Amino acid sequence: MHLAYPVVLSALLFSVGVYGVLARRNAVLVLMSVELMLNAVNLNLVAFDAWLRDSLHAGQALTLFTITVAAAEIGLGLAIVLLLFRARGTADIDRATALGDPAEPYASVEEEPAAAEALKGRATA
Amino acid sequence: MNLALPALVPALPALGAAATLAAGKKAPGLARPLAIVPVAVSAVLALVVALQLGTGQTLDAATRLTPTGGPDISLAVHLDGFSSLISVLVGVVATCVQVYSTAYLKADPRYPSYAALVSLFTAAMFLVVFSGDLIVLLVGWEVMGVCSYFLIGHHWETADARSASLKAFLVTKLGDVPFLFGIFLLGADVHSFRIPDVLAAAGEGRLGHPTLIALLLLAGVAGKSAQFPLHTWLPDAMAGPTPVSALIHAATMVAAGIYLVARLMPVFLQSGAALVVLAVMAAVTMIGSALCALAQDDLKRVLAYSTVGQLGYMAGALASGDREASVFHLVSHGAFKALLFLAAGVVIHAAHTNSISAMSRIPGLRKRVPDAYWTTGIALVALAGLPPFSGFFSKEAVLTAAEHAANGEALTNGLGPASGVPQAAGWIVLISAGLTALLTGAYATRLFLVTFHSPAGAAAAAPEVLPAADRATVVADHEADAPYSPELDEADPATAEPPAMRWPLWVLAVPTMAFGVAGLRPDWLPALLDGGSLRPTGVTAVTGTGLAVVGVLAAYGAWRSATARLATGRPAPAAVGRVPEQAGAPAAEVIVADPGRTLLGPLFGPARHGFGVDRLYHALFVRPVAAAAQLVRFLDREVVEGYVQGSGIGANLLGRAVRLAQTGNAQTYLSALLAGVVLLAVLVAV
Repeated sequence: MHLAYPVVLSALLFSVGVYGVLARRNAVLVLMSVELMLNAVNLNLVAFDAWLRDSLHAGQALTLFTITVAAAEIGLGLAIVLLLFRARGTADIDRATALGDPAEPYASVEEEPAAAEALKGRATA
Repeated sequence: MNLALPALVPALPALGAAATLAAGKKAPGLARPLAIVPVAVSAVLALVVALQLGTGQTLDAATRLTPTGGPDISLAVHLDGFSSLISVLVGVVATCVQVYSTAYLKADPRYPSYAALVSLFTAAMFLVVFSGDLIVLLVGWEVMGVCSYFLIGHHWETADARSASLKAFLVTKLGDVPFLFGIFLLGADVHSFRIPDVLAAAGEGRLGHPTLIALLLLAGVAGKSAQFPLHTWLPDAMAGPTPVSALIHAATMVAAGIYLVARLMPVFLQSGAALVVLAVMAAVTMIGSALCALAQDDLKRVLAYSTVGQLGYMAGALASGDREASVFHLVSHGAFKALLFLAAGVVIHAAHTNSISAMSRIPGLRKRVPDAYWTTGIALVALAGLPPFSGFFSKEAVLTAAEHAANGEALTNGLGPASGVPQAAGWIVLISAGLTALLTGAYATRLFLVTFHSPAGAAAAAPEVLPAADRATVVADHEADAPYSPELDEADPATAEPPAMRWPLWVLAVPTMAFGVAGLRPDWLPALLDGGSLRPTGVTAVTGTGLAVVGVLAAYGAWRSATARLATGRPAPAAVGRVPEQAGAPAAEVIVADPGRTLLGPLFGPARHGFGVDRLYHALFVRPVAAAAQLVRFLDREVVEGYVQGSGIGANLLGRAVRLAQTGNAQTYLSALLAGVVLLAVLVAV
């Protein structure tokens, strides 16, 4: 089988993954997109391993290793998403901007409780 | 002789000053003894030192104070007849002033600091008198300047006192800077700061730049002794308490400049040009200040201008090469001018005003202060230079010195060649001194007559309680356009002459009357000094006295005619019964019979304002400096600060721009990251 097929496939998979990471709002889907990118890499590894006829099969070994790490990572990632959802009532990634710099640098005291209520409202929704 | 004594003389008042300051607040009862006793003991010790030293002797002792790269600075004493004489004068006047101040500043809450400063001042003056090292002398010189600043500003509540003290400080410092360089140059030429070394070098003509040194030193002398270009601080310094005027601005501090020139006379004799400069300075000072004194309305300002003029006499004698005559006049002037100021303090206390035109309207003033009246009379006769009081002899000595210098046979008493004194200097001094004698007689007479003998004052037979008691009317009472240095005054008019204020007057009146005799025999005062004759000589004695008498008579005549005009033209009694509220300036203009107005004619206005020297200085120096300060302020505020502020504002704006990127949305970050990666990849690949 020609090398071009798996490489093109993995490139497509990776592009889909990048699109998903950058464009999807739901954190679960973002995580799935990350998995897509990882698996694109895995596919590359296996393909090149076969094509280069590596006697030690380093590509395959590395793929197994990546799958393990990805499993652990997805477990951790889903746990974080779950906690985020529990805390915020939503898993939308573009709503989780608490670490950002507020638009108004020295927000007056009256605005603070308003923002907190907005958060609370979202949590109950 | 024991060196501890001359060391103790300056040390005691300094310790007394420290003790007075330390004890002042906690134990107010101790302040008075602590102020008087050290100064009095110092005066006695100064007398003992003078007696031990005897006549015709000098004593030098030195211990090295600190090594420098160049000539060493040493703690040295250089005692001779001059230092003995001046130290006794300083001691006596300072003691009188301290005793007098206990009464004069009785109710003053700042008395301890005042007394401490007077003591410190006395210590500094003793240091100047005794020091045998020019740098140590300079220390005393500057300490005096600082003490003078604080004492003039004693009533710092008033704006006048504040500005007067600043002015005195700045003007004297203006002279002190060249003075310092003069000392350095002298030290560099002689390789020593010791006065005996300097004198020896000057005697042998080893000075490299005698004219430059002498001129630089003269700048400091002009500042300290209030000579012509730098004299303006002294009349304003009258804003200080009157005893301070007596001590500092009449008897001692201003004498320091004269004393320094007398000490370094051989240096000045090396330079004819410097002597001519000194003579011109003295001549302008003498005549100008005498004219000003004739026009002043403020009693203390009259005396201040008179001090400036008498210092001109001393400087004139120095310019004629005769330091003996100069110091003789210094001592007799120190006595009678201190007396005049202390008596003026009594009068001011009693009258509650400084203005002589206001005093002339106070009924029976001379009956309320008899001691001040008589001692003022004595001192004014001495000031005018009429025989047989001390002023006559000392002024004749000055005139004789000038006459000899004018004939080319200056009385240098072996300090230098008589030809070292230019004849021009002698002529300048002689002519101006004669003219000043005339004017001095006139203003002394005017002062006495207007203050004590005005028709309004004489009309009221019985002494009454002073009508104008509160300060507002007193301030309004002086003539409106006259320069005036009022002094806060809390005294009770009923006790105008407490004993502590009366006795110093008579103590000082004794030398005022009798000191002149000391110059008559060559083995009395001249033996203590350089040994030259201090006897009045025929021609100058007759001319000088004659001129003084003419001045006195002219002032008296002018006063009589002015009084007569007043009596016929206007009802004088109206002034007596006037209520204080009506004491406006226009009324004051017409009711006072002022002989100065008649005598000076059109010169009266300019003379009253010191011939506009202050205004000239304001235009020449103050305004450019103020403008330069504004320019600097502009450069600092707008330009330098602009850059500093600009960098801050720039960083701030940049920070705001960067903050916009930090939205908190992880996807935005990742997009930027991806864009960056792609960019880098493209850059690497291409």
